[in-house]
Amino acid sequence: MTDTILEVSNLTLGVRNGNRPPTVIVDDVSFRIARGERFGIVGESGSGKSMTLRSIVGLLPRGVEILSGSLRYGDIDLAATTGAARRALMGPEIAMIFQEPMTALNPVLRVGDQIAEGSRRHLGLSRAAAWDLAVSMMAKTGIPDPARRARAYPHELSGGLRQRVMIAMALSCKPKLLLCDEPTTALDVTVQHQVLRLLEDLCEEVGASLLFVTHDLAVVNQTCDELAVMYAGRIVERGSVERVFRRPEHPYTAGLLASAPDFDQPDRALVAIPGFPPNLAHRTDGCAFAPRCAFAQEHCHTASPPLEEHEAGHAAACFEVGRLLEATA
Amino acid sequence: MTDVQEREQTTILRVADITKTYDLGGRGPWSRGPRATLTALDGVDLDLRRGEILALVGESGSGKSTLAKILVGSLTPTQGSLDWDAPDGAPRGRHAARRVQMVFQDPYSSLNPRLSVRAMLSELLLLHRIVPRSDVTAECLRLLNQVGLDADALDAYPSQFSGGQRQRLAIARALAVRPDVLIADEPVSALDVSVQATILDLFGTLQRDLGLSILFVAHNLAVVQHLSQRVAVMYLGRIVEVADTAELFSNPRHPYTRALIDSIPRMNPGSRNSMPILDGEPPSPFDLPTGCRFSPRCAFASEECSTIDPPLTAVAPDHSAACIKSLALPSIAPTGEQKEKQ
Repeated sequence: MTDTILEVSNLTLGVRNGNRPPTVIVDDVSFRIARGERFGIVGESGSGKSMTLRSIVGLLPRGVEILSGSLRYGDIDLAATTGAARRALMGPEIAMIFQEPMTALNPVLRVGDQIAEGSRRHLGLSRAAAWDLAVSMMAKTGIPDPARRARAYPHELSGGLRQRVMIAMALSCKPKLLLCDEPTTALDVTVQHQVLRLLEDLCEEVGASLLFVTHDLAVVNQTCDELAVMYAGRIVERGSVERVFRRPEHPYTAGLLASAPDFDQPDRALVAIPGFPPNLAHRTDGCAFAPRCAFAQEHCHTASPPLEEHEAGHAAACFEVGRLLEATA
Repeated sequence: MTDVQEREQTTILRVADITKTYDLGGRGPWSRGPRATLTALDGVDLDLRRGEILALVGESGSGKSTLAKILVGSLTPTQGSLDWDAPDGAPRGRHAARRVQMVFQDPYSSLNPRLSVRAMLSELLLLHRIVPRSDVTAECLRLLNQVGLDADALDAYPSQFSGGQRQRLAIARALAVRPDVLIADEPVSALDVSVQATILDLFGTLQRDLGLSILFVAHNLAVVQHLSQRVAVMYLGRIVEVADTAELFSNPRHPYTRALIDSIPRMNPGSRNSMPILDGEPPSPFDLPTGCRFSPRCAFASEECSTIDPPLTAVAPDHSAACIKSLALPSIAPTGEQKEKQ
């Protein structure tokens, strides 16, 4: 049994609607991350992947609430942790890298001071020692001329450099769990490649676990060991990246893989998934993917399939796994 | 017929020696030193052939969007010319707008939220006198049909559509004036993966059915490889390599193109892209390096690279690269080797 660092069980998030029942945007999501593991969550916009991530760090937008379920970090119940206790956790234990390096940095503070803030607060370093640590973290993330760049303001840096500053900031207190919300979508391919390799190397160095949220399947394949696919607020498939890519057991995952262009197979036709994601305010009893699914049977529209393991370490929420595997075999 | 004439015939739009510089002032009371000039494009030559999809790729700041804006006429080049394959020479004003149309990256901000689809399309049809007033509705329906939308869409507003459908509307709007050339600036990068495929498919259909020439600005090389016939790679305001898509990706002759290919995240299960990373950042456009502008980051650079600024030269039929070592570069590793697990 591996050491679990984060356990999310039956997490349900909803938006309150006055007196009416809340709109459920994340529904009964469970997963666990082992120490040192790299876990990816893939889904399209509106699938609830970013909300799941935000609930872990306590950054849910106003109006979104945890309706049920638990978030456990070691022995700590994250949902019940607020104020000073949460602040003590954020940085040395859990850190986050945001999607937009342009907006996540404070524009009126030098980047060196922003990186140093965490280590002064959590590690109790002096101003000078924290600054030196910030410069050495910047050097570690491959920022050229870090001593000079530490004195720069965010607007003086390019997107790639700003993202490195975010990484330096997140890793300066050596967190045990690093959360990344689409950290490379705003970047060019060459810079994306640099940043992904850097994340991988640094996580290995400080021994951090990684929770990586993205919509890009190829990026998940590059960075993660385990994977959960989300659709309409639910996890529809979970397993090792290699297994899920080789033998998807949910029609949505299969559809995503077929619709993404693969550089190594230029001649493969792209097959889009017909239809649209459902409106979460009008949930039906059936599988949320059934209206778009080529394998859907009558019972798919009336009952929601549970997430079940069909082979060890690989689970899917689909009644018709057999038919899918037959069709793709 | 000579080769030159043949090429002339198939080229619909030729860009010759286009330069775009921005004078950033520097004579004010607080200025120090000489006036600063930013060179966004530096002597770009490019042919767009009739009926092809030409992809323009490069890092941000390489000038690809500037070039696209010059082609649609929303920016004027500092120097250089745009040559049209047209009997009356370069079209101007309203006529130019009819020949080149643009599809933007973000379909959430490129459509007017207060105009219904009917109003948006009929305004164009009437202004440009595409069809008589009595046929406007029928033409609107034909356009919607062409981009795969129903007649129901006609009286709806942009907010009622999803991202993919909005991008279809933006394409319908571009097609309304029956252009010869469509310029698409990252048209799928704001869309979800499952929707991207349908929009890419639509571009392919339009190219086949209408004989449209499309300049496709993109940064996702897997998408480019899937859709385009030719690819032009830009770096710091220059085109560094142009070739047929298959040729460019299998036999790149510029080190920067190779670096781009090595950076692509792969989809093969269990594979990790362990290719070397391209060091450093693109140099500042205010202060370009001497010689080849890629040389400070280039793994193959030697001393002469910092003195010789290589022009774009033919290395094979239909394949040009701007590198003095283009013929001496070792061929890239077959993809199978890259896929090996680390």
